[in-house]
Amino acid sequence: MARIIVITSGKGGVGKTTTAAAMAMGLAQRGHRTVVIDFDVGLRNLDLIMGCERRVVYDLVNVINGEANLNQALIRDKRCDSLYVLPASQTRDKDALTVEGVGKVLEDLGKGHDYVVCDSPAGIEHGATMAMYFADDAVVVTNPEVSSVRDSDRMLGILASKSRRAETNAEPIREHLLLTRYAPERVARGEMLSVDDVQEILSLNLLGVIPDSQAVLNASNAGIPVILDNASDAGQAYSDMVSRYLGEDLPMRFLEPEKKGLFSRFFGG
Amino acid sequence: MGLLDYFRSSGRPRGSASVAKERLQILVAHDRSARDRPSYLPKLEQEILAVIRKYVEVDMNSVSVNYEQEGNQEVLELNIVLPDTAERA
Repeated sequence: MARIIVITSGKGGVGKTTTAAAMAMGLAQRGHRTVVIDFDVGLRNLDLIMGCERRVVYDLVNVINGEANLNQALIRDKRCDSLYVLPASQTRDKDALTVEGVGKVLEDLGKGHDYVVCDSPAGIEHGATMAMYFADDAVVVTNPEVSSVRDSDRMLGILASKSRRAETNAEPIREHLLLTRYAPERVARGEMLSVDDVQEILSLNLLGVIPDSQAVLNASNAGIPVILDNASDAGQAYSDMVSRYLGEDLPMRFLEPEKKGLFSRFFGG
Repeated sequence: MGLLDYFRSSGRPRGSASVAKERLQILVAHDRSARDRPSYLPKLEQEILAVIRKYVEVDMNSVSVNYEQEGNQEVLELNIVLPDTAERA
């Protein structure tokens, strides 16, 4: 049975889809058979970030409704053989997602894969609860910013109560914190919550810190998961995060401001 | 921080991050205490108030319900402030 990972946050725009794409690609690159599912019915974006938007024929709702089978709907990634994408529907009503339907899809996917990564929509409504219901692991994506941290905390409450594991009194979902859009310069100036501050408030296992990086926009512009940009700080940080998820003990990187030259140090570059 | 920034920022309180942290700590503690309460608590509060009102005129602010969890023990504390004898109907 595959391990099901939900990428969640509560607040929108913090980097859930970027993270889902990077994590799925990272797991697949390491040889694990991986599927990434877009649960944002009506506002699908994962296909764009993965660069497969023109290959979408069927989607998650088609599969749930029996209008297509899984093999027809799954899109194989062109860069990595062990990665598949299951896109969301763009037109349907989000109520098309039912516990039974989603459960059946995840069960079928679980037979042929090692990891199923669920990209949750923002918010705490139906689509988001469907994405997290069957999860074994949750990656709570958080920006070092008050509203995002608060929403992440609320999400933890929901993960602890509205999931299959909670309802069946099974071992609780393993929750991980991923801090994104981290700007070490601003932290050094006391303008941004530090990783320690956020850790202290949420007290979660820290899976990684992704620096606020131009590489993320460049990657999404091109439809390439940023983890494939090995040269970039964000790409390396995501790669570390996947290694940590798989059990490696790696130190956090990109927490300190870049050293500046003499000129910029004097004139504030 | 550059030299120019140093002069620009002198005299101005530094670090909005510490304000953010303080606010969040209070907020999250409050959110969590509300989350861990049983869902019947608000209704219980209302019904108790209704019973008391049959006999004594009290308002909503005179009743406070406190719920605490310590290990395996759950403590439900009710505090009702009755009005002075002179005011009783």
